[in-house]
Amino acid sequence: MAGHSHFSPANVEEHFEFTSEGKKRVIYAFIAGVVALVLGIYLLSKGEAGGHEVANAGHEAVKAGHEAASEHLSGGAVSHQPAAEEHYDWTNRIWANVWLNAVFFTGIAIIGMFFVSLQYLTKSGWSSVMKRVPEAFPKFLYITLPILLLVFFFKGDAIFHWMHHGVTEVGNENYDKIIAGKSGYLNKTFFLVRLVGFFALWIGLWTVLRKKSLEEDLIGGTDLFTQLVRISTAFIVVFGASSSMFAWDWVMSIDTHWFSTMFGWYMFSSWHVTGLAVITLTILLLKDKGYMAYVNENHLHDLGKLMFAFSIFWTYVWFEQFLLIYYANMPEEIIYFLERWEGHNKIYKTSEILMVFLNFFFPFLVLMTRDAKRTRIFLKIAAFFIIVGHYIDFYQMIMPGVLGGHAGYGLVEFGMVTVFASAFIYIVSDELTKASLIAKNHPFLPEAVHHDI
Amino acid sequence: MSHVVSPIREKLVTGGKSYSDVTHDICKQVEGEPTKEWKWAFGISSIVFIYGAYCLFYTWWQGIGVWGLNKTVGWAWDITNFVWWVGIGHAGTLISAVLLLFRQKWRTSINRSAEAMTIFAVLCAASFILAHMGRPWLAHWALPLPNAFGSLWVNFNSPLVWDVFAISTYLSVSLLFWYMGLVPDLASIRDRATTKGRKFWYGLFSLGWTGSSKTWARYEYMSLILAGISTPLVLSVHTIVSMDFATSVIPGWHTTIFPPYFVAGAIFSGFAMVQTLLLITRVVFKLEDYITIEHIEMMNIVITVTGSVVGIAYLTEFFIAWYSGVEYESYAFINRATGPYWWAYWMMMTCNVISPQLFWSKAIRTNLMVSFFLSIVVNVGMWFERFVIIVTSLHRDYLPSSWAMFSPTMYDIGDYIFSFGLFFTLFFLFAKYLPVVNMAEVKSVMKGVSSNFPEKKKATKKTEE
Repeated sequence: MAGHSHFSPANVEEHFEFTSEGKKRVIYAFIAGVVALVLGIYLLSKGEAGGHEVANAGHEAVKAGHEAASEHLSGGAVSHQPAAEEHYDWTNRIWANVWLNAVFFTGIAIIGMFFVSLQYLTKSGWSSVMKRVPEAFPKFLYITLPILLLVFFFKGDAIFHWMHHGVTEVGNENYDKIIAGKSGYLNKTFFLVRLVGFFALWIGLWTVLRKKSLEEDLIGGTDLFTQLVRISTAFIVVFGASSSMFAWDWVMSIDTHWFSTMFGWYMFSSWHVTGLAVITLTILLLKDKGYMAYVNENHLHDLGKLMFAFSIFWTYVWFEQFLLIYYANMPEEIIYFLERWEGHNKIYKTSEILMVFLNFFFPFLVLMTRDAKRTRIFLKIAAFFIIVGHYIDFYQMIMPGVLGGHAGYGLVEFGMVTVFASAFIYIVSDELTKASLIAKNHPFLPEAVHHDI
Repeated sequence: MSHVVSPIREKLVTGGKSYSDVTHDICKQVEGEPTKEWKWAFGISSIVFIYGAYCLFYTWWQGIGVWGLNKTVGWAWDITNFVWWVGIGHAGTLISAVLLLFRQKWRTSINRSAEAMTIFAVLCAASFILAHMGRPWLAHWALPLPNAFGSLWVNFNSPLVWDVFAISTYLSVSLLFWYMGLVPDLASIRDRATTKGRKFWYGLFSLGWTGSSKTWARYEYMSLILAGISTPLVLSVHTIVSMDFATSVIPGWHTTIFPPYFVAGAIFSGFAMVQTLLLITRVVFKLEDYITIEHIEMMNIVITVTGSVVGIAYLTEFFIAWYSGVEYESYAFINRATGPYWWAYWMMMTCNVISPQLFWSKAIRTNLMVSFFLSIVVNVGMWFERFVIIVTSLHRDYLPSSWAMFSPTMYDIGDYIFSFGLFFTLFFLFAKYLPVVNMAEVKSVMKGVSSNFPEKKKATKKTEE
């Protein structure tokens, strides 16, 4: 087999050029996002809000929605008072959006690292030809870390119920016994230690991995490969151990009363499939520009399979969590789904249905056939809608707890996601220019180049 | 699949085997007389089986009152053993289906025995369902069959009924997968047969296999389709088993992480059982060149990963029990770890979470004796896991006046022994009469993964170049 190949490390090296034209486009997109955001904020301050839902739903209607939700609950078993009611301030919607996007894009960035590490750990050959793409993603952690920290410091109480003034203070009118019981874990210091600690470990391990990976291009040999496997293993251990905790911290603790043991893996599965979709989309866009010729339909087929499989995995995790809570129907648990289904004047119901459609039925049907997974346009469509679907998934996780009946899809949402997405594209494109798009001395590269399924 | 293999990968077939060596090495124990070791092993397992069968018969004759159940602990060894065996039955399909989809070439020399083991383990699990019923002759009532009793249907809302569907589907698909994989190998034995009887029987079961390229193409399509069907089944079976508990509102049972965590635990215990069996098989049948240290190491890595996943799930449950602020939930977990069944809990923690961490050391995970010992430790731990979940959650319920302990009777133990007898009797029959390694599939990946493969061709290739 090796006989008829013209492959040699020397002719696979290629460098991505982030052209000034490309930069301009990303910057324009960023500016458009900022404009939309500013306009959205202006409208919000005028009480008009970008979203139709909120515009139509007055305070009364929201209240009614709440009552509809609590009708199903047994008396005072659940003293769940969403933050929105007492502490609502129109600016909360801005902070909720910042938090949502920061968490969502942190996920995409770290899944890049997770993907590369998993390939090293499992000694996968086929993916070695494309590993430089996900390897560039974690650079964006440098952007999301300060954003998360700033929001937490200045507006944490707008996001997290447990940060409200006096909730853990006995005798205070806001005192909440259940939240006070959790304060051993949910307190500012410990939360920050975890947040900074996870980021420090992730960024640290990524920096080492990236450095060794680039060194491999110059030196070659298998020593660096062995070291890369070790770093990857360390990362998988760190990520595995932290995966539930950051999900509890950054998302589950928004609905402070509520709890679910599955939540960590649920959020991970959402991040994971989004990350896979972003990796696929990036590779396809690079291929459109004429780069990465060695990535052929066989590799794309595998990426398609991964998106297909992990969309089903997400559905599995989401559905099991839902089913067990629905079946047992315990007030302290079921509130979560009731709130999203019929609470707040049903403003979340459409998103809930749309999310399940986009995250399960759509990729399941579109990526079912072999041909679809080998055809770029199908992959692009599937990847795009998976990303949109999981954005909505995170919207559903975060917004009801933070904004209650005041959420909606408006200029603020579209502006914010455009700002984050264009920043992500800029940072990742810039990082991609720093190394050959193909890791030419990767010991599994010959396998990847001859990959044929 | 491309045969370009990076030189840094370990060889999966050692000893410079040629294709005919593979056929010979694997067929010889099918074709030869049963060895003395085999006769002893089979004899012992038959005796165990007969003793167990007596206990099971007595259970059926007298009713399940002969078990040690009481009004508080109404479910104990019976369901523990069932879940334990179903869990073990996960590795076969994982190896044959999921590892096929992930193109793991090392699966080819272990999939046959893993699948056989799966089928036998599922049968053992099924025997506990039948034992549970008390009136096994009415077992068909678990199926939604039209009947003459008015509108008498199974309760479709019950996870126990979902279990019946899930496990019977799993058993049939696994059986089909295993048998289809056997067909080319049965044909090899048929073609080599020296006796009339062997030619007839292996010929009958090889379904007229011709070995033409069209047949092979169909074989490959079929493998992929069955792998696609089996993959969700691997997840669904233990998911539904976990729902037997998680859909309830018993503290310690009702927790959303159960489905994936049970699946991880099942793969964990299944791999451990495959490890136990293969470490013996490779020595007894002299298959060290096919089931290499690399294979054993891979399985140990899977055991470490799944063991750690299970460990994270244990800690998550414990943490959330506290975090939830639900008094009953917190108590259930504190009682598990420090109550009268603390020894079962710590047995579980040590065997399942701590012991697999030893495999982080390459010296340990490539050591045959340690691997063998730990593979048994893992399954001891997994038995205790189910016991802990089931019995410790039940034995102290909401009414302290009805708190009780569970002690097994000799029929609890005897029925468990029955399942071992059944399992090993079937496994020894399999090992003697069927090829324990999938010859055809090992040959299909040998190019590239075999040391010195194939010597003659390599020589000619060199001259061509």
